[in-house]
Amino acid sequence: MYVSVKGGEKAIRAAHRLLAHRRRGDRAVPELAADQIREQLTLAVDRVMNEGSLHDRDLAALAIKQARGDLIEAAFLVRAYRTTLPRFGYSVPLDTGAMGVERRISATYKDLPGGQILGPTFDYTHRLVDFALMGDSDTPLPARDTTEATVAMPRVTDLLDGEGLIEAEPAGEAGVEPGDLTRAPLRVPADRDLRLQQLARGDEGFLLALGYSTQRGYGSTHPFAGEIRIGEVEVEFEVPELGFAVPLGTVTVSECQMINQFAGSAEIEPSFTRGYGLAFGQVERKVMAMALVDRALRTEDLGGAVEHPAQDQEFVLSHADNVQATGFVEHLKLPHHVDFQAELALVRQMRREHAAARAAREADAESVYEEAAE
Amino acid sequence: MNPIDTTARSATTGVGSDPADPTVSARRAVMALAAKATAGELRPVRDLAPSGVIDLRLAETGLVMLRGRIGGSGAPFNLGEATVSRAAVRLPSGATGFGHVLGRDRAKARDAALLDALWIEGTSRDRLEREILTPLAARIARDETRRVSEVAATRVDFFTLVRGDD
Repeated sequence: MYVSVKGGEKAIRAAHRLLAHRRRGDRAVPELAADQIREQLTLAVDRVMNEGSLHDRDLAALAIKQARGDLIEAAFLVRAYRTTLPRFGYSVPLDTGAMGVERRISATYKDLPGGQILGPTFDYTHRLVDFALMGDSDTPLPARDTTEATVAMPRVTDLLDGEGLIEAEPAGEAGVEPGDLTRAPLRVPADRDLRLQQLARGDEGFLLALGYSTQRGYGSTHPFAGEIRIGEVEVEFEVPELGFAVPLGTVTVSECQMINQFAGSAEIEPSFTRGYGLAFGQVERKVMAMALVDRALRTEDLGGAVEHPAQDQEFVLSHADNVQATGFVEHLKLPHHVDFQAELALVRQMRREHAAARAAREADAESVYEEAAE
Repeated sequence: MNPIDTTARSATTGVGSDPADPTVSARRAVMALAAKATAGELRPVRDLAPSGVIDLRLAETGLVMLRGRIGGSGAPFNLGEATVSRAAVRLPSGATGFGHVLGRDRAKARDAALLDALWIEGTSRDRLEREILTPLAARIARDETRRVSEVAATRVDFFTLVRGDD
């Protein structure tokens, strides 16, 4: 039997042309430019940069346009693009303590040094659709307060750390390079550095659901949002030819320090424990969920039993990457004609055997009945 | 790609690599300005460059893995990559300049390298300062002041109710 394995090129070409046409939409409506997406759909851009695991606002904006707003498809495009580029090296670790703060809030201290800075937040909006945005909106310029000089904003966790009330975050050992899952496949159990790398690129919806599950009782950690800060940090890159770190510019990141209930032992005094979230752009929900899941994944390290999905490294880390997930789920729509023919033959054979077995059973029962009747 | 001969640079410019060295910190400050400049703000550096500039490293785009620290202050981890463009040039005087900027703008990286080389060479620092660096630093400072004041306006002032005397 011959199976057709070629063909369809013409249909594929036409389908891609139709895709481009549908992407363009009604041609009476002006075409969307990538810089409009970069400037006005900034949070979609942030999400694509994180899940595409590549910081490049222009590229993410273009990918969103190409993907017709499908953010997972856009992340896929960004991931594919990054494979075409050489790796220059690693940055000096970002110093989020020296952030040019755009937003900074704490749910644990009302009057924390540096204050509560709301920044550009959806919080306290009424979530009513604003029909004024239908037309050209006449957006007023932001209010300004020029009375204050720059205020120092120490990390909330450092305030607790000063009293020894929260577990210390040990600095890395000199000469030990953090793991990099773009260089070696992820294996579980994984150390916390690798877990955080995987969570940072993980699907926001998946992390949100897992974080939520811990709050609903599937491995509760009694969390407080110790601090959320969003803003620009300097990026520096150690250039071997120069022998010093050169500044590359700034990126915006979001950071969440979740403070959770206690650890301790006969030897170690009780203290709060930490969950940490960090990601590109203004992605508050993502880093909060990430911090909840980071803490849940530390259950075993902190002496607890792994009983719930969010605590299970294999479950969380293997399913967090939506590019990987979409690849495997969506491969099901590719031709499986031959496999299916085999399954079809198998189910037919099973049905024949089933029918034969039933007929034999009935014949048996018949003869037993007849014998009994005699 | 050919490794870049840094000994030649050091010999011709006398620039060291100790970050505490004031020459290095001044150079880093110029690089920081270049990294924050728009492509248009750096382009005029081409008018200051002599003829005969050699591209030691043709401008190219690649990736730098950005690192964070666990808990903000702990051990480093790999957060995600960023696009970075870089270039290296040598002026006829022998001064070597490097450009490294976030993003995919290779022309901007080469302009940043030219700026660095001219700064190292030192003969046109007055014009660099006047025509490029001073206006650039002023623009960046203005933007930063505006940003800080916009954000400061969203600082929460809690009303404190004072109970009793003193």
